[in-house]
Amino acid sequence: MTALRHRLAERGVDRQLLLLVPASLCVLILFVYPFAYGLGLSFQPAQGGVFGAYRTFFEDAYQRDTMWTTLKLSLPAALLNVAASVPIAYRMRGRFRGKRLLTTLLVIPITLGTVLTAEGLLNFLGPTGWFNRTLMSIGITDAPLRLTNNYWGVFFSLVITGFPFAFLLILSYLSGIDPTLERAAATLGAGWWPRFHRVTLPLLAPGLATTFCLTFVLAFSVFPSAILVGDPAGSTRVISIAAYHAAYEAFDYPLASAIAVVMGVVELLVVAAVLGVRSVFYTGSTGGKG
Amino acid sequence: MTKFESLRLEGVTRRFSGHDALTGLTLTIQRGEFIALLGPSGCGKSTALNCLAGLLPLTEGSIWQDQSRLDTLPPERRGFGMVFQNYALFPHMSVRKNVSFGLQMRRVPRAEARRRTDEAIRLVHLEEHAAKLPGQLSGGQQQRVAIARAIVLEPSLVLMDEPLSNLDAKLRLEMRTEIRRIHQTLGLTTVYVTHDQEEALSMADRLVVLRDGRVQQVGTPEELHTRPANRHVADFMGYRNLLPMRVASIDGRVATVDGNGMVLRGTAVGDLSAGDEVVAGVRPEDLRAGEGGVPVTVEVVEYQGREVAVEARTDEGVILHLRAAERPAPGDKISVVADPERVLVFPAEASASAGAPVGASTEASAGAS
Repeated sequence: MTALRHRLAERGVDRQLLLLVPASLCVLILFVYPFAYGLGLSFQPAQGGVFGAYRTFFEDAYQRDTMWTTLKLSLPAALLNVAASVPIAYRMRGRFRGKRLLTTLLVIPITLGTVLTAEGLLNFLGPTGWFNRTLMSIGITDAPLRLTNNYWGVFFSLVITGFPFAFLLILSYLSGIDPTLERAAATLGAGWWPRFHRVTLPLLAPGLATTFCLTFVLAFSVFPSAILVGDPAGSTRVISIAAYHAAYEAFDYPLASAIAVVMGVVELLVVAAVLGVRSVFYTGSTGGKG
Repeated sequence: MTKFESLRLEGVTRRFSGHDALTGLTLTIQRGEFIALLGPSGCGKSTALNCLAGLLPLTEGSIWQDQSRLDTLPPERRGFGMVFQNYALFPHMSVRKNVSFGLQMRRVPRAEARRRTDEAIRLVHLEEHAAKLPGQLSGGQQQRVAIARAIVLEPSLVLMDEPLSNLDAKLRLEMRTEIRRIHQTLGLTTVYVTHDQEEALSMADRLVVLRDGRVQQVGTPEELHTRPANRHVADFMGYRNLLPMRVASIDGRVATVDGNGMVLRGTAVGDLSAGDEVVAGVRPEDLRAGEGGVPVTVEVVEYQGREVAVEARTDEGVILHLRAAERPAPGDKISVVADPERVLVFPAEASASAGAPVGASTEASAGAS
């Protein structure tokens, strides 16, 4: 009896495992069950057999195109968030005065929420907003640039809310890279550009991939800003809007579930592709304290 | 790489937000020399090395390589090799790529780069490990890669920042010889930073002892070992017994000092006159049991192979460290004598920050040795 207990304990099976029960229950009730239920629902449409709901979605161009619309918004937005974060985080990785203040300023958009951001965007970038009034008073343009209630409004909103996440993540990845590596490269004759792209960037690449995946997933599920600062009936009719319409306007739950599943699969494919590329890079220790 | 005849540091000073890390370091390094910068942590030795490498800008002073000024150049244009304390190997590159990195940066033609990389890897005996990543190597092997990477460029100067401090004692001894061998074989000029006096004494041609950012003494290992310039250098050179005393009389170089119930005769270092506050320094090896000396009580006995290290206390409570051939027992009363030639009497500077009481000052020296 005790021998068995010892053997189990060696494999990590002991009474401490019971501590996992509350968390597992939560996951089961709040995630696994609804997910399985939704998945099951998507295969039980009122008509058209098991794959009827999926057929409805993919055969209707109006529905199918929401996938591309969403990808066209979320991929460039995630890319820009990562690309813009790298130089700023690179510049800010050391210690300097006012770093905390600057970080706080850059991170504030997280706390604002999409609705407030959307309102701000409408006021600032709208046809009579400061931005257009400034442009017109300087004489750069005659008519206001259309930057809200279309693709660009949603894009800006995604950048404003997604950038802080990307920035914080990349800053922590960067500070995990031992700064003496770049100093060593300098003593070996490397200028700032080879130091960055031969030493820092390869060590940062796995972190960039992870950051890209996270901001992409955030952007792909865009919903409020696509309606508030977008053109929800046309150019920014994203996939979540399609799901919402199916569920709460057409009351076609199987179709809504099918759209949600498609959404998940598309996200999964992009994430898998990015992580596939990531595995090509060196992913071991970066010598830092992080 | 261009070889120089001499490298001059003139009044090199570095301040960190009002605190002087290094003050007025003036030193001329001849080609082919092995210089050790020696001192306790925080003495400014690493600062000096980083200033030389160009990783820290100088606050004042200048660095000259023959006739050309160097301190205004960025590190990548100085052509020095550097070995870092944590090795700083690029973790995503193989040993071979690490070593050839500098050659690539200097746009050495590919065939020549390959030949020189092979040569450097062979020099540090890492042929079988050339394709491995640094993470797959032991500490000693990583150390060798760091050395190969620094010397493959045939730099005019190699800087080493406590390169052996992360290795175990046995490996440290082996690598010590190895570094000295490479220095001689390649005719390198080396500046080596360490806090280990034994390492510095055994490897360097000349030593620079630093304390609180200031040079205390520059000299050959023999000079520093036998004639330390002041009590701080003495402290660092193994003079574990440093006793605050007062000059009773002076006759030429021989001073008679007393204090804490002891009377000693020793050699004066610097100008002394009767009544001066002094510090008498003597190595544990030079204190021995003998008739007519200072009576002490043995407290701690440590076996050290050929002899035993003894810690004893005088009647006044001063702790003395000495060596004995035979093993005394704790509690034994013995008498301790020292050859006046081997007792050095230093003036006690008023500015000495170590104004600690007698017992504490000898304890502190034990901690630093």
